[in-house]
Amino acid sequence: MKDKSLISITDFSTEEILRILEIAAEFESNPQPHLLDGKVVATLFFEPSTRTRLSFESAVNRMGGRVIGFSDPNASSVSKGETLKDTVRMVSNYCDLIVMRHPLEGSSRYASEVATVPVINAGDGANQHPTQTLLDMYSIKKTQGRLDNINIFMVGDLKYGRTVHSLLMAMAPFNPTFNFISHPKLKMPDEYKLFLDQKGVKYYEHQEFTDIISQADIIYMTRVQRERFSDLMEYEKTKDTYVLRNSMLANTKPTMRILHPLPRINEINQDVDQNPKAYYFDQARNGVFARQAVISAVLGLKS
Amino acid sequence: MEKKELKVNAIKNGTVIDHIPAKDMFKVVKILNLEYTDNQITIGTNLDSAKLGKKGIVKISDKFFEDSEINKIALIAPDANLNIIKDYVVVEKKPVQLPQKISVIVRCMNPKCITNHEPMPTKFDVVSNRPVSLRCHYCGKITDSEHITII
Repeated sequence: MKDKSLISITDFSTEEILRILEIAAEFESNPQPHLLDGKVVATLFFEPSTRTRLSFESAVNRMGGRVIGFSDPNASSVSKGETLKDTVRMVSNYCDLIVMRHPLEGSSRYASEVATVPVINAGDGANQHPTQTLLDMYSIKKTQGRLDNINIFMVGDLKYGRTVHSLLMAMAPFNPTFNFISHPKLKMPDEYKLFLDQKGVKYYEHQEFTDIISQADIIYMTRVQRERFSDLMEYEKTKDTYVLRNSMLANTKPTMRILHPLPRINEINQDVDQNPKAYYFDQARNGVFARQAVISAVLGLKS
Repeated sequence: MEKKELKVNAIKNGTVIDHIPAKDMFKVVKILNLEYTDNQITIGTNLDSAKLGKKGIVKISDKFFEDSEINKIALIAPDANLNIIKDYVVVEKKPVQLPQKISVIVRCMNPKCITNHEPMPTKFDVVSNRPVSLRCHYCGKITDSEHITII
C-alpha cells in the first residue's frame, strides 16, 4: 500500500482492508511513538471538521510525526482564489502525506492526481470518507470477533448518509445481512440495493423502528439532518420517530453493539449511554488506531 | 420511379457522417472542432430521413478521423454512420461506437463536483451505451443522456 492514496474505500482490496484492520489492532496493543519520527503530515481542511481533524492529528502525534496545515480555508490562500491544484502542488513540497477534507465531491481524487505525495481523503462533500468506514469495520470486528455473517441494522438517514453507503459496500464480501430502517423519504438509494442484489447480499427494508432490532449484531444509527427536508414539520416528526432509547434494548442480543459516526443530536437518547451496548464513544477512539494504520501503510512504514 | 437526388453534393475524398439527429447537428460540429478546420465542409440539416424523421449530414473533404476522435459523437448521435470516400467511392462504411472513457467534452451534471469549480478536464467511464450514461471519474455521480452538456 506504499505511496497509494486512499480516496474511496474501493481503492483498497478486501485483503488490504483486512491488513489495515490488523495493523490497527497492532497500534492499539502496542503503540509505536517513534514510527513517524522526522515525518510531516499536512492536514488540509477546506471545510471545518473538528472531530475528523483531531482524530487524524492525534494519530500522527501518537506516532511521533509532525502536523502542518489549516482548519479554516479563510485563513489560507484559497480565499485569495488559488486553485486546488496549486495549493496541493505547493503543499506536496512541504510534507510526506496529505490528509484532505473538502466540501466539493471528487476533490480528493483530483488532489491525488496532482500531488507528489499520497493523499488520504478525510471527506469530500457527500461522496467518500474511507477512514470512517475502516474504523467502523474495526469496531465491528473488535466487538463481534469477526466480520463474517453479521446482521447490521442501519437506521436514520440512509439516503444521504455516505457512511452507511461506504460501510455497505465494504462489508458486502463478508456475507452480511442488512436491515434498513428509515422514513420513506430517506430510504437506501436504488443504486446500493442493486449493488447488494448483484452481490447476492440479503437485505430488508422497514419503516417502523420496532422489536425487530432483537436480531441485530450491530445497530448503526445516523443523524437525520434538517436540511434534507423542505417541510420543517415533517423533519420534526421524522427526527423523533427514529430515536433509539434504552427501553428498546431489553430484548437485543447481549453481544449487540450500537455504532454512530457522531455527532449525534437526539437519535440516540442520553439514557442509552450507560448501557454497555453503547459503543459509539469507543468507536471514535478506534478511529485513531484505524487512521494510524492507514497513515503508516501508505507511508510504507507498515506493510 | 423518382430519380434520387443528392441534397448535399458528393465529395471526392474524405468522410461523410450521416444519420445525425437534426437537432444535434451543430453539437457534432462542435465536438469535432469543425469550426476550426480549413477543409471544405458541406453541411445539410433537416433532411428527410425514414429512420430519424429529420437528419443531418456532414461531408468533410480530405479529412479522415482517428476512431478515438470521431467516436465521441456517439454521445449525441448514436445512430450516425461514417462513410469513408476515396475517389467518389465509398471504401468503408461503419457505425460510430461510443468509447469506454470520455474526457474533456462533457460537463458533469453534479453542481458540487470539483470539475465544475476547477479549471480541469472532466473524465467519465461509460456505464451504458443506450441510453448513454456516464459515471464521473471524480465525484462518481451519473450523468445521463438527458443531462449531457457538451463543453
